This record gives sequence, C-alpha cells and structure tokens, in this order.
Amino acid sequence: MTTAENTASIIAPAGQRLELTDDFAPGEANFIEVKDFRFFYGKKQALHGINLTIPSRKVTAFIGPSGCGKSTLLRNFNRMNELIPGVRHEGDITIHGTSIYDPSVEIIALRRRIGMVFQKSNPFPMSIYENIVYPLRIAGQKSRHVLDETVERALRSAALWDEVKDRLHDSALGLSGGQMQRLCIARAVASRPEILLMDEPCSALDPIATAKVEELITELKKDFTIIIVTHNMQQASRVSELTAFFYLGNLVEFDDTQKIFTNPSNQQTEDYITGRFG
Amino acid sequence: MTHLSAPAPRNFFTQEGTKTSVLRLFRNRFLTGLCITLALFTLIPLFSIILLVLKNGLPLFSLSLFTQLPPPPGLEEGGFGNAIIGTALMVGIALTLSVPLGVLAAIYITEYAPTSRFAAAVRFVAKLLTGIPSIICGVFAFAVVVMTTRHFSALAGGVALAILTIPTILLTAEQALLGVPNAYREASFGLGATHFQTIFRIVLPDALPAIMTGVMLAVARAAGETAPVLFTALFSQNWIHSLMEPTASLSALIYNFASLPYAYQVKMAWSASLILVTLVTITNIAGQLLFTPKHR
Repeated sequence: MTTAENTASIIAPAGQRLELTDDFAPGEANFIEVKDFRFFYGKKQALHGINLTIPSRKVTAFIGPSGCGKSTLLRNFNRMNELIPGVRHEGDITIHGTSIYDPSVEIIALRRRIGMVFQKSNPFPMSIYENIVYPLRIAGQKSRHVLDETVERALRSAALWDEVKDRLHDSALGLSGGQMQRLCIARAVASRPEILLMDEPCSALDPIATAKVEELITELKKDFTIIIVTHNMQQASRVSELTAFFYLGNLVEFDDTQKIFTNPSNQQTEDYITGRFG
Repeated sequence: MTHLSAPAPRNFFTQEGTKTSVLRLFRNRFLTGLCITLALFTLIPLFSIILLVLKNGLPLFSLSLFTQLPPPPGLEEGGFGNAIIGTALMVGIALTLSVPLGVLAAIYITEYAPTSRFAAAVRFVAKLLTGIPSIICGVFAFAVVVMTTRHFSALAGGVALAILTIPTILLTAEQALLGVPNAYREASFGLGATHFQTIFRIVLPDALPAIMTGVMLAVARAAGETAPVLFTALFSQNWIHSLMEPTASLSALIYNFASLPYAYQVKMAWSASLILVTLVTITNIAGQLLFTPKHR
C-alpha cells in the first residue's frame, strides 16, 4: 500500500464511508509529527511549542509530573480536547503527512482511526457484546456475521476472550476493574484503528491487572502505534521503546526509552527519573 | 494517663460517666427519636387519604362504573366511563405535547449548549413555570384554544395540562441527563460517534429511567388537576365523539358531583376518587417496571 492510499484510509474526506482494512501502516519513522504545537485552555497556556516525531508501530511513553501537559498533547491527537469550551491551538499535528486540522478532515473519521483508552475504564452500561460492536454500529455496520467476528477478534486481542466468551450478553459493568479496562481496550481496537492512545490506562488497576494490560500493550504494538501517558516510570521503561519527558508544558527530552532511563542528556529528566524532583 | 505504664482506665473505650458524654448521648438519642416520630407523622395524612378514599369509594365500586354514563340528578344508577376515557385522553394529549418538548429542550440545555445564556434563560423560565398556579394554565388555554376554536374541548384541556407538565418534565429530564456520567460521553466521542449518536445511543438510554420518573410525576399531576380542565374541557354527560367537543374528566366529575345535594352522586365522586388514585398508581408502577435499567 502506498503512502497516499494510507492517508486516504486514515483521514477520509467528508462524507466518505471509511474502509476497514486488514492492512496497517508499515513501519514509518515520521508517522505522527507534532510541529511547534501550542495549546491553550482559555488564557492558560498548557503546551509551549512542542516538536515531536513519533514512529509507527512502536510504543511511545509520555512521562512527567501532573499538569505537565502530557495528557493534553495526547488528547490532541484525536482532537478530544475540542470538547472542552474555550480551547485553541497553534502549530500543527500531522499523521501520515496530513494535518489533522485540515478543513477536509472529518473529526469523526479521525477518531475512528485513533482508538483511545482512558484513565478510568468507561464501559457503557450495556452488554459486553454491545460495548465492543458500538464503534461498528455507529459506523453503520449491520451484518451480524461481521459484528460477531469483530467481537471475538477484539476480545482475543485484548486477552479477554477466554474469560468472557460464555457471558458476552451479560452487563459489562459486572466485570472486574482489570477486565473492564481490557474491555475498553478491546472496544478501542474493534474498528481497527492505526493508533492507540492510552491515558494512564493502569492507574486505577491493581498490580496483577496492570501486568496483564502491560503484557497486552507489548502484544498490541505489532499492529498499532501506541502512545501511552503514565505516571509510573517503571511502566514506561517496561513497555515503551521511546519516551518523552514533559515538564511545565515543555518537551524536555525525547529519546529511546533505554537512553532516557540510563543516561538522560538533560538534568531535569535525570532529576525526575531518579525521584529527586520537587 | 501521662505515664505509659499506667493501666488503662476502666471505661477507656466508653467514656461512660463523663458529663459531656451523657449530654451528647442524650442529644443523639433524642434527635434520632424525633426524626423517626416526624417521619411517621408525614405518613399519617397519606394513609388517612388512602383509607378514606377506600372506605367511601369501595361500596359503590362495580364494573358498571367503567361502562356507563353519569346519571342525571336524582337517578341512582350509571357510572362515569366517559370521564375515565376523557381523563386518559387529555393526559395522553398533554404528554404527546409535553414529553417531546420537555425532553428535547432538556437535551438542548444539557448536551448542546449547557453554558449558553439561552440555556440559562430556559432553565430559569422552566423553574418559574413550575410555580405557576394550574388555574392560570387553564385560563391561558381557554384564551388561546377555546376562544379561537369556539369550543370547549379535550384538545384545549390537553393543551392546558401540557403547559402545566412541560416544566416538570423539562427539569427532571435535565437532572436525569446531568446524572449520566461524562465518561460515557467521552468514550462515545473517542470511538468516533457524532453528537447525535452519543445522545441517542448512550446518554438518553441511560437517562431514560430517571426521565420516566419525571413523566410519571407529570401524569399524576395532570390526571388530578381540576382547574385547567374545568376551564377548557368543561364537562359532558355523553361519550366522547371528537376532540373538539366538551369532554368529561374524573377530576371535574369529582368536583361537580361532590358539591351536589344527592347522596348517590356524592358516593360516585368518592368512587371516582378511588379510581383516579388507582389509575395513577398503576401507571406509575408500570412506568417504573418498564423502564428499569437492564445493565446496572
């Protein structure tokens, strides 16, 4: 598949039904590019001129203290921040070379190609089955066969199939916390997005559930480009290949995870990683 | 107790006998008792009403009440089937108008423009309207519908009751929608749903039981109101043939018959009260049963 075709599949022009294909973007160094990106909540500036290049099919971790802007940046990739009144941005973010702020970009299509997993698991008050097929239903998919297939595939890829296959039509709210979060991951991957955004996906989970989700992340990176925000530095070092350290709305350092955690070039990064931070 | 080696006093965990503890304990028990007593007191009027209505309404209770027409003064037979149908019809008309209006307005002010001035104005006016006496709604429907169509009618009665119930439905629906966790909206948007899909597939189904509670409140209020229907639907001794003619209702029948000098008519008014209370209760229970959330 050529780059041009990929672009078309990621960001469909207005009104065009998205094709859900088995082909994912090949390894690409400049998959997501953040160019001199600034972001404002009303008058408060949350991000100061961020420049960042994220490769495809790798796990990139965003670390930094609370309020450093890592979640803000993450929520800009699928333009979720625009749900908050009074926000604005400067600069640009491109995926596959196409600006996500281009007027021809349909925000709905963009979000369909970028799955998101939230800090607190948020399954809908419906059955497990209906949770998974929700992204397909809203895209107009009615074929029972496709829906059934998707449920099995998505639950398998979230390592949840064996645990829930006998109670697919039970309420999703009856699952344990860790299962709920994996259900949300399954739901996020059900419509085969290229990118998976994870906003502190394990912060509400116990260590066992966390280990399962981390194992899952390692598994998922074969198919997805994953960006994960985390407060847990061990987690960042365990699951990610690249790490970006943010502080006070600035990108302080971005490098291979191993380098960041063993030999950071910036003093601030080192202070944060070694726990010497204020 | 300054020495660590000193033995713990006998009442170490009870503080029995100290002055403050006696007072505190007494005050605690007194207030608890007071709350229970007062809670029981509030039940007295409720149960006396039910008992009184049952006692006076049951003797005349029979199937013919539902199937026959009100008797002319002096005759001791007949029922008020037309009034039951009239009440059901007017409440139905009222809900047909007020539920879509109220719920859609609530959706607008919670989901589309929660912080806008317009939403604030709608909210304010709705709160004002809840306090408006029902007779004013009747006068308004009289002026707008009865005067222009030149008929007392079920339609006019329905309009009066709709105006009465819109604010209740709007405000309860607003609370119901606000009660839907934001995490659901976020999840839906994050999966690429439109605003419309998020509202109609996720938010509204989750809020439905609470919205139904508001609708049931509105049914109870509308079915029992007398003033708005007296002004607009008047009353009728006959079966209803069209929406544009004077129509009987249970509340108007109770009002009319209770003030007549004939014992039989007064008894019928009691039976009508019993049936009104029963119908409203049944509707309420049915509404709650039909719309209990499946996944909680």
